[in-house]
Amino acid sequence: MIDRTLRGRVAVVGAAETEYYKHGQSPDAEFTLALKAIVAACENAGISPNEIDGFSSYSNDRNDASRLAAALNVNDLRVALMQWGGGGGGTAGAVANAAAAIATGQAECVVVFRALAQGQFGRFGQGPRRSHVAGPGAHTVPYGLMSAAQQFVMRVTRFMHDHGVEQEALRAVALASYHHAQSNPRALMYGRPLDEEKYDSSRWIVEPFHLYDCCQENDGAAAMILVSADRANDFPNDPCFVLGAVSGSHRRAGAPVHNDPTYATSSFATVAPRLYEMAGVGPPDVDVVQSYENFTGGVVMAMVEHGFCTPDQVNSFFRKDNLIADGGSLPLNTSGGNLAECYMHGLGLTIEAVRQVWGQSSSQVDSVDVSMMIAGPMVTPVSTCIFGSEAAL
Amino acid sequence: MTGYLKPGLPAPAPAPDGLDAPFWDGLAQGRLRIQRCNLCDGWQWGPEWICHRCHSFDLRFDETPAEGVIFSHQRVWHPVHPALAEQGPHIIVLVELPDAGGVHIVGNLIGDPMQSLDIGASVRGVFEHHLDADPEFTLLQWERVD
Repeated sequence: MIDRTLRGRVAVVGAAETEYYKHGQSPDAEFTLALKAIVAACENAGISPNEIDGFSSYSNDRNDASRLAAALNVNDLRVALMQWGGGGGGTAGAVANAAAAIATGQAECVVVFRALAQGQFGRFGQGPRRSHVAGPGAHTVPYGLMSAAQQFVMRVTRFMHDHGVEQEALRAVALASYHHAQSNPRALMYGRPLDEEKYDSSRWIVEPFHLYDCCQENDGAAAMILVSADRANDFPNDPCFVLGAVSGSHRRAGAPVHNDPTYATSSFATVAPRLYEMAGVGPPDVDVVQSYENFTGGVVMAMVEHGFCTPDQVNSFFRKDNLIADGGSLPLNTSGGNLAECYMHGLGLTIEAVRQVWGQSSSQVDSVDVSMMIAGPMVTPVSTCIFGSEAAL
Repeated sequence: MTGYLKPGLPAPAPAPDGLDAPFWDGLAQGRLRIQRCNLCDGWQWGPEWICHRCHSFDLRFDETPAEGVIFSHQRVWHPVHPALAEQGPHIIVLVELPDAGGVHIVGNLIGDPMQSLDIGASVRGVFEHHLDADPEFTLLQWERVD
């Protein structure tokens, strides 16, 4: 029987990002940012961009694979992969698609990338400016329900209600991200620490999300290079293997107008078990986690659905001291993440998960063999992946 | 009538393919109509061209009482649209309709914007007609029963 898994078949051999900017501040056009990140990732891997033969992205990235291939003088374009769905739910899915293409012999060297220039193309966190709205939006927008924060907050509120989750759990996620950003010069919040008082006194966006519960919006680009595992030792970085990468969501997660039948969820209930099965590890084996923060409440729910604590343990598990690289039982978002490093739609978090295996994080956790990245809580499809060292195989 | 929210937000329009037109026609008449399957009688919301339970394409819109319970809620502070710049805090509720198979519908909770928000509380519908709009439209808002 054919062993249908990605486990150990693909390696991440290079990764890089552009300088990160506040939204609208990039001096470069979005396509230029994409090119710069891809070229830098190739330099990090010690390869020529000509060697790339596949592109994999998500969230309707605007930077067309064929234009990129022409601009980079790619020798032999083999796959052009796009994960459906908006937001950052496809980040790990783009890794899964790239890895699947390599594992099945469709491609040899695939770059996973994401580029955003909101000055050029507009922001996420604002409602539509048109006079009328039709379709599913007609049932929400006229009531003032427009932004991503509003779209997701009612899932979080219901989850908190059902399980007695306190505001301090959400706060701990923000504090951990900002704590780690103080060690990361790439982070936009480097030199801008956050403490309990500053969080508590910050304005409400929509209850229970304070300002610091919400991700930034940014300009920049990030890219990572994947090749077959049998080449993992041929590159400057230490070997980092894909142990598992999956995407999806539960039955009717996409039911329109907030009619998901399992509403108080972040969409990982069916996805996480498939991830662990493929990776051959369980929650206790995971050394460090990057969990996509569109909003802190989604991180709490995603961590629960990945089995790191039960819903009833949330208030004790989600304490800053438990989530930081220096001494926490499960370090979380060690680059500063979407909240405090940069909102690169989760690809920055994915690179950070790889750097933890490489031993190159600015908040390095000791001897990381199993490193997880969770993408896009509360959207559909979501995705999640686990990277591992040679010792994890 | 004056709406719960200040004017200037995008107004609802029936979907160009007609999928939700009976819903909007119903609101204009002060009636709440939710999609229902002619084959299995199951309720479904938002509307779709097929019944997700039995895959029948034979669907209707049935009137149901505008009465429900708060399934979840949000008190909004940050204005996401220029029309809301002077609005101040306002409340959006996700209402479960027990008489329509428990489907959810989104609306505003009228009254004091700082009122307590209680999951499970009973609410009844208030049809908010915007007769001065062109074209006219109606929103379904909610108020606490207790």
